[in-house]
Amino acid sequence: MQALTFKRGVHPPDGKALSAEQPIQVILPKENSELFYPMSQHIGAPCEPLVAVGDHVKVGQKIAESPAFMSSPIFASVSGEVVDIRPMLVPGGATVKSIVVKNDGKMEEIEGLNQGRDYTTMSNEEILAAIKDAGVVGLGGAGFPTHVKLNPPKDTPIDHILINAAECEPYLTCDYRLMLEEPERIVKGLQIMLKLHPGAKGVIGIEMNKPKAIESMTKACEGIDNITVQPLVTKFPQGSEKHLIYAITKREVKSGALPASAGCIVDNVDTVVAIERAICKGRPLMRRIVTVSGKGIKNPGNYKIRIGMTLRDLVDAIGGFNEGANAPVKLIAGGPMMGPTLYTLDVASVKTTSGLLCFTQEEAFIPEERNCIRCGKCVEHCPMGLQPFLLNACALKGDGEGFVKHHGLDCIECGSCSYECPAKRQLAQSIRATKKIEAGKKAAAAAAARAKAEAEAKAKAEKN
Amino acid sequence: MANFVVSGTPHVRSKESIQSIMRDVIIALIPATAMGIYFFGIPALILIAVSIVASVFFEWLYQKLLKKPVTISDLSAVVTGLLLAMNLPASAPIWVPIVGAAFAIIFAKQLFGGLGQNFINPALAGRAFLLASYPTAMTTWTAPVGFSGADAVAVATPLATLKTGAMPDASLTDVILGTNIGGCIGETCAVALIIGGIYLLVKHVISWRIPVLYILTVFVLTAAIGRKGLRVPVYEIFTGGLMLGAFFMATDYASSPVTPKGQIIFAIGCGIITTLIRIFGGYPEGVSYSILIMNLAVPLIERFTEPKIFGALPKVKEAKKA
Repeated sequence: MQALTFKRGVHPPDGKALSAEQPIQVILPKENSELFYPMSQHIGAPCEPLVAVGDHVKVGQKIAESPAFMSSPIFASVSGEVVDIRPMLVPGGATVKSIVVKNDGKMEEIEGLNQGRDYTTMSNEEILAAIKDAGVVGLGGAGFPTHVKLNPPKDTPIDHILINAAECEPYLTCDYRLMLEEPERIVKGLQIMLKLHPGAKGVIGIEMNKPKAIESMTKACEGIDNITVQPLVTKFPQGSEKHLIYAITKREVKSGALPASAGCIVDNVDTVVAIERAICKGRPLMRRIVTVSGKGIKNPGNYKIRIGMTLRDLVDAIGGFNEGANAPVKLIAGGPMMGPTLYTLDVASVKTTSGLLCFTQEEAFIPEERNCIRCGKCVEHCPMGLQPFLLNACALKGDGEGFVKHHGLDCIECGSCSYECPAKRQLAQSIRATKKIEAGKKAAAAAAARAKAEAEAKAKAEKN
Repeated sequence: MANFVVSGTPHVRSKESIQSIMRDVIIALIPATAMGIYFFGIPALILIAVSIVASVFFEWLYQKLLKKPVTISDLSAVVTGLLLAMNLPASAPIWVPIVGAAFAIIFAKQLFGGLGQNFINPALAGRAFLLASYPTAMTTWTAPVGFSGADAVAVATPLATLKTGAMPDASLTDVILGTNIGGCIGETCAVALIIGGIYLLVKHVISWRIPVLYILTVFVLTAAIGRKGLRVPVYEIFTGGLMLGAFFMATDYASSPVTPKGQIIFAIGCGIITTLIRIFGGYPEGVSYSILIMNLAVPLIERFTEPKIFGALPKVKEAKKA
């Protein structure tokens, strides 16, 4: 089958060889170690704790939730005592209120766990409720609640459910391993999603640099008419939701719109497995697969961890850092193109932690920033068709208006511009910062306009 | 506890740098430089060396005096110096490239903010300044005598002869190879310039749009308009400074449009102005001025050629929103 792709984009060295051949290893938290469950691990309303300090919790117990539709509950992944509820650092750099559980090492499970059901006999409402109740969110990085994504507005019919198996971020191999090791579960998860949208076809998009995964998934899909495996050109950011949709359907998700507006639902490989676990195994989201890689770690590989473990416990459990010249100087949560850096390992792993990269001095080299030479490489490579050099200039001048006019808010922060820039300018970084400011202003202006309209309506009503 | 580096994304960068790009431009200019020295001998070699050294020196001096970081290692001043020398007649006195380099580096480049901020091509600005100030020194062309030791005799360039409506003595092969014709040091050997241009295209340093469309426009217009009935478009494109200008000067990053559509407009504009000057203007050659004039139009061109973004909203809807 012809490999599909999008326009522009970049080809960073993939670095996947370090961990691609390492089978997924289960890592259990040590007895007496503390696990942290931040109240916000998803897009939407943060949760509120359902437990108090001193309570005993069991594996699979719902320990926090929110009444909001746009939210996702949180589950204990070990058994033990709630020893504290306090702020804890999460990989994005925020400090979030977290439930701290001291693992008693018994892995005692709560009653009612493991009651798998046959999805074919369930109604759509039951399936959606079960997915919500299992705390499933997009595990690719954004953490969008899956039950919301699977239930788009009625006026946007879904005709494609795409499994994002591009894994275009260099170094990361967790999705790849999952496709080799548990392909049938991915297919099962996709079938559950397709039951919700019977008119849709399922497409699993995999980059061409993973031929074994393409083979494995193709085999697993044999005999299923509404699921196909689609090879994709190896190019960053092929796994960007908008660009995956474009590659497969040739539809452009309009500026500011969600994928559903283009008739598509896109979910990451590990998310689909989480759906399968939630429905068929009756287990909520308590684990995820993390790639730990980079030249600074002794044993690069793919690890199935209990969500809530600190990254320090994870690193200790797998043999620790290298020392001397190969000691890590930079830690990245996620891939090297978009993952934020960490200043400490004392960070809670969350639902969206897909990787931990430990870069040595050599890998972490930051080149000096020079004048923009207007070579236009950022324009040539920007997958969104923006002019990053111009946005960078607007950002540095504090020209928010110009930034918005040149579509700065459409930037997906993929970093392709900075990657290509021969002057080594921090284009993506400056654009991201300005985007935050301008998006905030836009939201504030919208809120002010709403408040004004309400006040006027009220005044009018009073007058009458 | 170890201290970890915190920085913005992305954490991996391509190997390409300003220096590597400039190095590629220099490599691409080597064939034409070598041919220039081969044709015009020791005086050409001296002018090239002086021009490069002067350019680097003025960049260094300016940055030192203004206590700015010295960036001569990025090789951009070397490129400017080399290009300036390529645009000089081999008979020019030795102080000419020094004055030209001072103007190019200090006035055209550094005063506007240095690398990437110059709105016109520095080497061409230097040349234009020299041509206006020292017209005799800048337009005395000599026949290529190489290292033979023979006295260099003044000759007319093919374009000057074409201007009169007569066909020059030099054959088409001569203007392609640069044999037996007068002209600037680096412009006469079209084939060497094309080889260099292809190298830049292969290395993705430049895009095809500006050189190809520039040359094509000159070809079409000289074929269409002609000179008093003389229509020799193939001869026209290989003669004069068109190859040097199209591949190495018009493609200067800082002074050409970034947008793909803008590059097309820029190239066609250069082609039109070059042809108009060559046929109707006071000078026999119009490459330098056409590029300089189009350099000035770049901000305007870019403004009207902003690329369409991915997922752009339809225009009507946008107006409604506003």
